[in-house]
Amino acid sequence: MTTAAQVLERARRRDIAKRWLLSAPALFILFVAAVGPLFVMLLYSFLVKGDHGDVKYWQFSGEGWFNVFFQTDIFDDTVVTIADAHLSILWRSVKLSLITTFLTLIIGFPTAYYISTQPPKRRDLLVFLVTIPFWTNILIRTFAIQQVINNEGVVNTLLKASGLATSSIQIMFTDTAIFIGMLYVYLPLMVLPLYASMEKIDFRLVEAGYDLYATRYQVLRRVIIPLVKPGIVAGSILVFIPSLGAYVAPNVLGGGKNLMLATLIDLQFGKGSNWPLGAALSITLLVIVTIALLFYVRNASKSGVSGAH
Amino acid sequence: MSAEKAAAAAIDVRGISKVFQGAAGDSFKALDQVSVAIRRNEFFTLLGPSGCGKTTLLRLIAGFDFPTGGEISLYGEDIANLPPFKRPVNTVFQNYALFPHMTVGQNIGFGLEMLGKPRAEIATRVGEMLQLVQMVELKDRKTSQISGGQQQRVALARALAPRPKVLLLDEPLSALDYKLRKDMQIELKRLQHETGITFIFVTHDQEEALTMSDRIAVMNKGRILQVGGPREIYERPAERFVANFIGESNFLKGVAQPAPKAMVRVDLAAGGRLSLPQVEGVPVSGEVTVVIRPENAGLVKVKGADFTGVVENIVYFGTDTHLHVRLKDGGLFTLRKQNISGVPLGIALGEVAGIALAEGAACLIKD
Repeated sequence: MTTAAQVLERARRRDIAKRWLLSAPALFILFVAAVGPLFVMLLYSFLVKGDHGDVKYWQFSGEGWFNVFFQTDIFDDTVVTIADAHLSILWRSVKLSLITTFLTLIIGFPTAYYISTQPPKRRDLLVFLVTIPFWTNILIRTFAIQQVINNEGVVNTLLKASGLATSSIQIMFTDTAIFIGMLYVYLPLMVLPLYASMEKIDFRLVEAGYDLYATRYQVLRRVIIPLVKPGIVAGSILVFIPSLGAYVAPNVLGGGKNLMLATLIDLQFGKGSNWPLGAALSITLLVIVTIALLFYVRNASKSGVSGAH
Repeated sequence: MSAEKAAAAAIDVRGISKVFQGAAGDSFKALDQVSVAIRRNEFFTLLGPSGCGKTTLLRLIAGFDFPTGGEISLYGEDIANLPPFKRPVNTVFQNYALFPHMTVGQNIGFGLEMLGKPRAEIATRVGEMLQLVQMVELKDRKTSQISGGQQQRVALARALAPRPKVLLLDEPLSALDYKLRKDMQIELKRLQHETGITFIFVTHDQEEALTMSDRIAVMNKGRILQVGGPREIYERPAERFVANFIGESNFLKGVAQPAPKAMVRVDLAAGGRLSLPQVEGVPVSGEVTVVIRPENAGLVKVKGADFTGVVENIVYFGTDTHLHVRLKDGGLFTLRKQNISGVPLGIALGEVAGIALAEGAACLIKD
């Protein structure tokens, strides 16, 4: 008995050792390139800021974190108010990201549904087309959008030529421009996971829904959406997280005037010369992302049970 | 209900056609001018090989597809262009199509819920249905946690719960193993009897069709070839295809001559002469085909035989033995002899067998 158990135990240990060995390269890169810098960032957020950027090493201060949430009056150090600017930018980033996520979901859902109802050959082609934007650098794509929506761009030229508008409509440097840019960039990230879970749907379930007196809307709500929920959650997370840290669209299309989190952080390490604040803001962003991910993991494990068929 | 409606068939299909357009401009005629009336409280079976149009017809009745031409009425009411959720018809799908994100009870209650029935009524009805299919203790299970046979019962209960006027069953037993299929055949008959609902059952399994149906429609290539009771279909197949598809048949060639009393005299190519009743649609003179079921032919001495042949093969089946006899015209004739324990077959390979036909065993058939 004991020998059998011992043999099994040894085999199990060998198995575990092998797994560690196989994952070692990935773990190494993760530690050196992600976890390590993260700790550096955390450390910086607690240091005193240098005079011209940088930090003063081993002089600790809570000032970086303090500045995330509060500000002192320029003329009087003793007057402390809540840092409206930072908090509103934080809120604005979360809000814009949530709206972007929602818009990509609204637009991506019918797209994914359409693709998944096509014959297999056509489906592959359409999925391929969805991924085409990934081939071009995000900066170039965003500048391309700028050319389309600026005052002398295609949209305004057409509007004026057709007489729908007498003068150019200001799209550039507005939130609308940011949404257009983010929607364009992140839409494939929503469509692909949605498609992945829709493709697995047995369309006889949809027919069964109709057969049991469910209208089109009821079939959508009671049959299709519950079945593609893993895809909805995955797509939302895939869009929400990069939206929150979006840098290119807000800067190029929003003109960097209406700040978002990434631009704010960039400022602290550049012109603002306040590295501890920048580090603290980065960690704040990370915390928000982590909360979103936890939400995802919880949902994924739940739908994993119901999806086991 | 008016007298006319009361007299109306449960489902009346008149001149229904369905053409599927292919992507490359080609088209496929799945149903060609099909007409059939299905009576109320009837166990009606659509039987045919795959691609014969039986499932297409079922889907047209359910409303998943719409006909290219023709009419479908349900108790006298035209339903051909209603969406499926407006038809008082429910379907048991081939692979059950149970909602994986719902429990057994939720699946069964879904139809009633969509009809907007009050919660208490749904709960009562779900309870009744669970009892009917003997699954009360599995109400709160996920559909992925029950066996194939149990899923089958849930699919039945789900389709029966809203009290449909007609229940459609699309090869519901094909995914079950042999023993379970046998049990479910009896179960289905019982359910149909107890609920009094008209069942339209689609299958390619002739045995299933014969054992369960009140009437059968045999289909091939988008047409209905024959409609009738199981016995009628088996014993008096209207066409060669029907005789071939349902059970085994021997087809013998012969030359016919008219005879008195609406009879036909047929000189078989394999030798021998038969006197058979005339059959509508079969010429009374010239080349004809005669059909004989293997179990209706007996082994006799050569002297008293209707025709003879050489035994080429003997296959033992347990309950009976099949003899393959090579006839004089080169055709192969299968003869089935019931086995009786301890009694020898009485013939061996290579011997000449005399074949005698029972009264009414042979009949003329449309080619």
